[in-house]
Amino acid sequence: MENLLDGWGLTVATFSPMVGVAVMLLIPRDQEDRHKLVALVTSLWVALVSVLLLIEFDIGHTDRLQFAVDKVWIDVISSHYSLGIDGISLPLILLTVLIVPLCIVYSWNHFPEPHNPKAFLILILVLETGMVGTFAAQDLVLFFVFFELVLLPMFFMIAVWGGPNRRYASLKFFLFTLFGSALMLVSFLALFFLTGAESFVFTDLADAVAAHGVSRTAQLWIFGGMMLGFGIKVPMFPFHTWLPDAHTEAPTVGSVILAAVLLKLGTYGFIRIAIPILPEAAVEWAPWIGMLAVIGIIYGALSCLAQTDMKRLIAFSSVAHMGFVMLGISTLTDFGINAAVMGMVAHGLITGMLFFLAGSVKERYHTLEISRLGGLLVQAPRMGWIFGLCVMASLGLPGLAGFWGEFPAILSAYSPANGVPVETFRTFMVIAAVGTVLAAGYLLWLLQRIAFGTPPEEFADDPHITDTSREEWIAWAPMLALIVAIGVYPNLVFRLSDGAVDASLHECLTVNASELTADQAEALGCADVYNISVGDGHGGDADHAAAGG
Amino acid sequence: MTELLTLAASTATGLPLGITEGGSWLLRNAWLIPFLPGLSFVGILFFGKRMPRGGSELGVAFVGLAFVLSLLTAAAWIDHRDNFEGEEVHRAVAVAVAEHGGESAEGHADEGESAEGHVPGHPSLGVHNTVTWFEMNDVAFTVGTLVDGPAVMMLVVVTLVSLLVHVYSTEYVAGDRRYTHFFAFLSLFSASMLLLVVSENTLQLLVSWELVGVCSFVLIGHWWEEKPNSDAALKAFLTNRVGDIGLIIGVAILFFTVGSALPGQFGSFSIAETNALAGTGQLSHTALVVASCCLMAAVMSKSGQFLLHTWLPDAMAGPTPVSALIHAATMVVAGVFMIARMYGVFFEGFSIGGSSINLMALIGGITTLIGACLAFVQRDIKKVLAYSTISQLGYMVMALGVGAWTAALFHLFTHAFFKACLFLGAGSAAHAVHSFDMKSDMGGLRKVMPHTYRTFVIGSIALAGLPPLAGFWSKDEIFVGTGGWGLFGGTGGNGAYTFMLVMGVTTAALTAAYMTRCVYLTFFGEFRGHGTPHESGPRIVVPLWILAGLAIVAGFGNLPKGLPLVPESLQERFGHFVEPVASYFPGISHGTPSWSLATASTLVVLSGIAVAGWYYFVKVEAASKAAGESLTELPDGLTTKYPLARMGHTFLVQKYYLDHLYTDVIAGGTKGPVAAAAYKIDQDVIDGVVNAAGENAVKAGNLVYHRFDQLVVDGIVNNSGRASSGAGGELRKIQTGKVQDYAAILFASAMVLAGVLIVIV
Repeated sequence: MENLLDGWGLTVATFSPMVGVAVMLLIPRDQEDRHKLVALVTSLWVALVSVLLLIEFDIGHTDRLQFAVDKVWIDVISSHYSLGIDGISLPLILLTVLIVPLCIVYSWNHFPEPHNPKAFLILILVLETGMVGTFAAQDLVLFFVFFELVLLPMFFMIAVWGGPNRRYASLKFFLFTLFGSALMLVSFLALFFLTGAESFVFTDLADAVAAHGVSRTAQLWIFGGMMLGFGIKVPMFPFHTWLPDAHTEAPTVGSVILAAVLLKLGTYGFIRIAIPILPEAAVEWAPWIGMLAVIGIIYGALSCLAQTDMKRLIAFSSVAHMGFVMLGISTLTDFGINAAVMGMVAHGLITGMLFFLAGSVKERYHTLEISRLGGLLVQAPRMGWIFGLCVMASLGLPGLAGFWGEFPAILSAYSPANGVPVETFRTFMVIAAVGTVLAAGYLLWLLQRIAFGTPPEEFADDPHITDTSREEWIAWAPMLALIVAIGVYPNLVFRLSDGAVDASLHECLTVNASELTADQAEALGCADVYNISVGDGHGGDADHAAAGG
Repeated sequence: MTELLTLAASTATGLPLGITEGGSWLLRNAWLIPFLPGLSFVGILFFGKRMPRGGSELGVAFVGLAFVLSLLTAAAWIDHRDNFEGEEVHRAVAVAVAEHGGESAEGHADEGESAEGHVPGHPSLGVHNTVTWFEMNDVAFTVGTLVDGPAVMMLVVVTLVSLLVHVYSTEYVAGDRRYTHFFAFLSLFSASMLLLVVSENTLQLLVSWELVGVCSFVLIGHWWEEKPNSDAALKAFLTNRVGDIGLIIGVAILFFTVGSALPGQFGSFSIAETNALAGTGQLSHTALVVASCCLMAAVMSKSGQFLLHTWLPDAMAGPTPVSALIHAATMVVAGVFMIARMYGVFFEGFSIGGSSINLMALIGGITTLIGACLAFVQRDIKKVLAYSTISQLGYMVMALGVGAWTAALFHLFTHAFFKACLFLGAGSAAHAVHSFDMKSDMGGLRKVMPHTYRTFVIGSIALAGLPPLAGFWSKDEIFVGTGGWGLFGGTGGNGAYTFMLVMGVTTAALTAAYMTRCVYLTFFGEFRGHGTPHESGPRIVVPLWILAGLAIVAGFGNLPKGLPLVPESLQERFGHFVEPVASYFPGISHGTPSWSLATASTLVVLSGIAVAGWYYFVKVEAASKAAGESLTELPDGLTTKYPLARMGHTFLVQKYYLDHLYTDVIAGGTKGPVAAAAYKIDQDVIDGVVNAAGENAVKAGNLVYHRFDQLVVDGIVNNSGRASSGAGGELRKIQTGKVQDYAAILFASAMVLAGVLIVIV
């Protein structure tokens, strides 16, 4: 069992959905129940395999790549079929394989127009392969293939099953992301050719960069290209404008997957690829990333306040929330990146839930116009309470998952990594903290207008407005349980991520500069970028404290 | 052997934290007390609706158990305080502790394994018990309990008031549309509040701080069908969030500042460590100043201090038991408690000792005055009490600001009883007349509601601070603690806060006057409402009498030192058991009680009562008789005669226009123009660039690459499209659309760019 998982576990988890797709292609289109069953069973099977992986995962060595496979794939371009997971990938894979079956269950009886479950479910399964593959890939080319594989199904999902403005939204989503991908690809190729690395495997590239294979300028450019590619996916301000349109037009399940998993591909790219391979460039770019992150926090929140459509509001809230994740990442500290991983999982669960809820509201009221809604708690009390809980989780209430992404990210900004300007980040910290107030503002105003009060006249006696249905309960209960469980016991995620995050950071970033001797600094090769000039104690913690914010 | 010696030496030179891991079972397991109401929350949530009394029985039972346990814990603490002889926890620090000689401590600074040690301690050590919550970067984040005087006192107060409020509520909200839900959140609130008071670290404090906030939000908005209620709930939550910015930043600053003084750790949330380090001058003073100011912002919002107090009167939209429990006796004192808890930080940060003014004392002093002034112009009986609460919280903060720590906590203790008594009394009266409006719907209730009347008067006298009721003793201690009474030789204390004393005494007069007004309007004159009010049932009256009883006797808990006729063993009991004598607590000095000051303040109170009494009981009463109806003010009063007085009155009625500033200008501005502008920029500028770029790219692309993309299109995209086809024309339309073209263009240009990049860099 163990051996089988070791060699094949990840491959099975990644490609099982494709097997499901193959089976479904053979089933005629009108046998809808059979399609649903195959899709559900496939996704549950993937979930089962992932849970087995979790059970077999060596929790004591989360920093180590586990279940690793490394075979030469395309020899000509030195690309390997290299899969493996550590404590950063695992929570995200688990999130993915949880969300997919829940989405299938949720859509069971409610496929959006123009119906066609076969195509819809096939797209979801293709998405799953892409998502799991991205989180498991350890080779840049493979990563890129999976990263792009995700794009098409989502494009079709929006373009076919979307709202009235779906053509514009889907096109924008596709092109915008593709634009980023193109730049990302440029960076990947440049990285490979300039370093002369043995292969596209992450560790090879990191080693080659560390061996001073690339000039500083080139590193900065390459990082910049990756930043655009990943940043568009996140999305970081000012590359976010595809997101509200995509979300508004996408079918419910599409929005859920988009919010819960797809956005994380970008942040994951930063944590997995950009920062570990190019730590020096990361230090240089960190203030800019941090700045865009906090602008995103405030700006996303303000845009939320201006929204009149519930779904669009939730979409903009993603911009703000991913801002917290990016802020954590930009500190380049263990603390901040742990917060980011937590933030990714939490945002996936919480915003995923909010989109589910928006979908259910739309199904009942046939509108998401906030001014027309109201009194959800009266007409569908259970759903109203679930909505309230998710709103609270989203605004970062302690005891629920969102808090553990937000608070540590703000905390970490007080003391960023060596070489990253401290005063700048303390300013960011304050701005981000202000963002929490705005978040509370737009979310509570949303809650007030949707859930409180009495139902508006036009819906007062509408028999279609019923409380949470069985499918909804099945789809939501695991997510709600996890939101609470992670909120109460954040170690569920931190325990996995901590070791891996620590290992992913260059030692020069994390070492306590004030305790470092000149020889040690030399041995580590901590260049000027890290500002570790030994002797004058500059960059030490005591100084940080004295500056006092 | 040598190793052992080294270990012993290093621990002996570490910083004593004033805590112990020992102590009796009850003190070590204080987590049970918040756990019980937490359990009842879950129970009510899942089974409440199916229970015969809608879950209220669960709430009462579990909170009752928690109360009993708190009493036992208090007894255990009283024993511990005088008789404990266990080991004290020491902590190695990066910089030498002055008292212990520098060299050896420095030598061991880097030894992670000898970071903690135990040496024989002394009584009064706080009992510390933690478990690891989560770990990050080799630092264990703990959750646990720090049980000492203030914690035990709060445990008793919170569970007692909560229990009484639970009992009261079974009658008060009987038949409510969300009865079960109400009790579930009362339980959750009790659990969170109890968790807050036993918090061992600032992270746990922050978590429970927010949890009590959300319970407050839910309970204020209990009747959310009506918009004013949900508005009030939102206002409370958002105002508190503003303060929480300060809390988050303050906690972050302290976390890293403390970490810089602890070897092998990049931060620490531990309250004992933070205070102990702050007290020994090892933390940067700048950091402490900034942290104190930030935390003060949190106190301002949570404890309704001036500038951020505006949510508290609105919070009266919630059911009255909630107002009594959350917005008078317990949650709003969380800020006061937090200062008391982190006193090492504040004492250093604000340089409380030896000064004559500081931010905390000033905010407290201003709050106490402005709250009292506003209480005069309220029609709503609960709003009178709300402003009175603001004013009294101002007293507590001011007391902490002048270094009168014990006085502040003692006032917190007595205030909890008499203010809960007043709120519940107001609720009882309102229950009878179905309104909170004193002017139009009350009056003359003393005849029909004797119990409510008597308990309310007792509460009022206690609040006004006439001897020998509770408020007198605690208020007097605060006055003494200011150290500003120079008339007969001063009273000692931590500085010369004469200005604070003046503000405090002025407030005492105002308090006496507005409570006289409130009592007159509610219980005297003739009934002005509709229907026939009658006395409430036993589940309301009994809690009222218990609280009234406590409002009479609670003051005896801390009789001043040197009071004649009282045995020494009964003097300053509260101070003895509640004030920590430990390394995590700063060395504060105590004022000496002064007869002259006590006499003077009593005279001031009496004059306040006399003036208001003369106006209402003599003038208004006479005017009522003349007019033949029950009046609430003189027809030709000051405000009608003098324009200046009228302006002042309007200024008060408009609540200093702060609500306009916050709600209309700041919140409205952010929601309105600012948000709209941001969104307009988003749509027109940022998105405009994107759209323009897209359109131009398409134009250019079509022109140049038309041949090229035809090649790529057919292969990849059509196939994948076919695989997921079936959606009919819609899908095909897009397939044959332009997407693939664009994709191809982009990728082609990417390839070119890649080439260029590789060549040039």
